Amino acid sequence: MGFDLVQISTVAQSLEQFGAVYERRIFTDGESRYARSSSTLVAQRLAARFAAKEAVMKALQLAETGVGWRDIEVVKQGSGDCEVALHGRAAEAAQAAGAQQIQLSMSHDGDYAGASVCVVFAPPETVFPDS
Amino acid sequence: MKSTEQAETEIRAVLRDHGRLAQDIATLTSDADLYQAGMTSHASVNVMLALEGKFDVEFPDRMLKRSVFASVDAIRGALTELGAIEGADAQVAQA
Repeated sequence: MGFDLVQISTVAQSLEQFGAVYERRIFTDGESRYARSSSTLVAQRLAARFAAKEAVMKALQLAETGVGWRDIEVVKQGSGDCEVALHGRAAEAAQAAGAQQIQLSMSHDGDYAGASVCVVFAPPETVFPDS
Repeated sequence: MKSTEQAETEIRAVLRDHGRLAQDIATLTSDADLYQAGMTSHASVNVMLALEGKFDVEFPDRMLKRSVFASVDAIRGALTELGAIEGADAQVAQA
């Protein structure tokens, strides 16, 4: 499992200080497009997505793998649910670890956004000794 | 290319301005753990972006590791690897 909490105002500050450089480095085009579909919720939505990326990194133990933030993507489904899509080195690492499914939950309230991730791994192979 | 001394000064300035540390950066040794000093994962993003701007480099994905931004020493090592800071060999050659 992985969990992360982000202060929304710090994301707003990053957007102000670093602008497109920050947004393009951290978020995919799809994530930015969804976040900006509401002019009043941009920082909230991006903060929740940043928290989701960090939560995935923790759940998959990717802190020392060398993974770009855009390799972990939050995809909004037509149903309104959000799912995690992995790309590049993140996808390779998840596959190598036997990850079968990533479950995501996000929320934001006031100045905080959070995300919780649960990764379902394939069960280890059971080796029976020769009888 | 910046000297090691100049680089350390600028790294500390970036950490002061963007690291959101709970302690004054001037009181931290160069090997002090910045995360223990209060730097969050999001703050490390800002530190990275500010370092890229200050040193005119881009950290490749393979260097986007927690340990790369864990201390002033670690950051200086990464910037040296990226060619933004004179290596120890160059400084010895100049001495």
